[in-house]
Amino acid sequence: MKLPRPVIPTLLAIAFLSGWEWYVRTGHVNEVLVPSPSHIFKWFYESLVNGELLSATWVTMRRLMIGFAIGAALGVPLGALCARVRWIRDTLGVLALGLQTLPSVCWVPLALLWFGQEESAVLFVVVMGTIWAVVIAVQESVLSVQPLYLRAGMTMGSQGWHLWSRVIFPAALPGIVSGMKQGWAFAWRSLMAAEIFVVILTGFGLGSLLHAGRELLRMDQVMGVMTVVVGVGLLADIIFFAPLERWLRSSRGLER
Amino acid sequence: MSNDKVITPALTLRNVTKRFVGAAGRVTAVEDISLDVREGEFLVIVGPSGCGKSTLLSLLAGLEQTNEGSILLGEDPVRLPGRDRLVMFQQDALFPWLNVLENVLFGLRLKPGLTEEERLESARYYLSLVGLADKEKARPHELSGGMRQRVALARSLAPNPRVLLMDEPFSALDALTRDQLYGDIQQIFTKRKKTIILVTHNIREAVCLGDRVVLLSPHPGRVREVFEINLPRPRRINDPELASLAAKVTAALSSHINEGVNS
Ligand SMILES: Nc1ncnc2c1ncn2[C@@H]1O[C@H](COP(=O)(O)OP(=O)(O)O)[C@@H](O)[C@H]1O
Ligand SMILES: [Mg+2]
Repeated sequence: MKLPRPVIPTLLAIAFLSGWEWYVRTGHVNEVLVPSPSHIFKWFYESLVNGELLSATWVTMRRLMIGFAIGAALGVPLGALCARVRWIRDTLGVLALGLQTLPSVCWVPLALLWFGQEESAVLFVVVMGTIWAVVIAVQESVLSVQPLYLRAGMTMGSQGWHLWSRVIFPAALPGIVSGMKQGWAFAWRSLMAAEIFVVILTGFGLGSLLHAGRELLRMDQVMGVMTVVVGVGLLADIIFFAPLERWLRSSRGLER
Repeated sequence: MSNDKVITPALTLRNVTKRFVGAAGRVTAVEDISLDVREGEFLVIVGPSGCGKSTLLSLLAGLEQTNEGSILLGEDPVRLPGRDRLVMFQQDALFPWLNVLENVLFGLRLKPGLTEEERLESARYYLSLVGLADKEKARPHELSGGMRQRVALARSLAPNPRVLLMDEPFSALDALTRDQLYGDIQQIFTKRKKTIILVTHNIREAVCLGDRVVLLSPHPGRVREVFEINLPRPRRINDPELASLAAKVTAALSSHINEGVNS
């Protein structure tokens, strides 16, 4: 008999959580340092009820969305420019390649000095986390568009903006989307770093909630927030990027 | 050659030379080619691989520029790609992000002065002409190689170009599909009276399709011989008369190649 696919993971998760619960309750570890799953769940429930968790998630998601949108909106044209103009590729393109390897936490001190403990500082860090990955992905995928498509488009009279919007971008789209996904992951990490390390006066996000948990020695809160952070990352992939990539691949017959 | 050319040819090539500077140094891809292509003529350029056939088509399409000589479309010099000369490539070059109908509409949408209904009607007409009326919603990858090449044909015909340029459009297909397409293309040619320039390395195909067959020799690509093919249409690839003509062209080709080896 074949079990439905979710059965085994669910059973394993229950076994793992029960084992953990049992281990903590029987006093094998200090409960202050390692809270039991039921404790974490209790925190989760309480902070949901008193609105703390939702408001922190909202603050963080808003920063992420705005920062990512700005980063992507700047990154796509800059990447296209890098692909199009040789000297821009040799300057901005190389710079992007270098900055992409820079962990985005490194932008935090700079952001604080420039913008203060403000919303704009967090946004700056998120934008810096997103933009370089997007620039490079767009540049690479535009450069690797099959010349055959360009030739076909051009002989049918497509040129300039029409060629870009109807041939080059659609052809490069799968690569651009993977770049966006990577940019999103970088943005998410950099935002958490910024919120954890910096007290942002303009809003209390998930990172701040996690930081506060540490200050109060509330490990249930720390681990609860970590779970939410993981959940948000997973959800973004499950409800947005994965279906988009799957659709792009299957509609072009690239599915294995 | 008689001197009755009062009518301007559709395409005029005068001493066309194209060189490339590649990794292996300078290559003269085509050298000193002069040709007149008559309006409504089916001209086939045949020659072994590497003799500059694709280069010549790219020059005609305006995708490459000549180093020497000139190309005229009617009276106007050819410099850039243009809707009046559509190309059908060896691989179908259909856009995978568009469905069949949208692919055929691509060139039509760039043609000014048409309403959307007229464009749709025209796209559907050409799709039915190539026998694919029921596939308009399909994506290119859902079609067989032969069907894709038919869509590509419809896409190049739909904007009604003055000249249709075809670069070995059948070489990636199996023999059966190819034979069928030979029929289709001849039917369309007689029906629509297009000027067609087709490039191939298949001599039988050349003799089957062409009003005139131009034999190119390689390194550098030069015109060796021109054959007038006066067989009635539609021609069948297995026709014995066609086969004997093809043998003549093959003999001419190998004598040129041997000549090249001996010299
Ligand atoms: N873009 C290019 N750069 C350098 N060499 C080229 C280029 N295109 C074609 N050639 C050379 O020109 C010659 C003719 O090529 P091509 O026109 O593709 O021949 P064919 O289509 O008859 O096989 C070949 O020797 C080829 O290597
Ligand atoms: Mg070729």
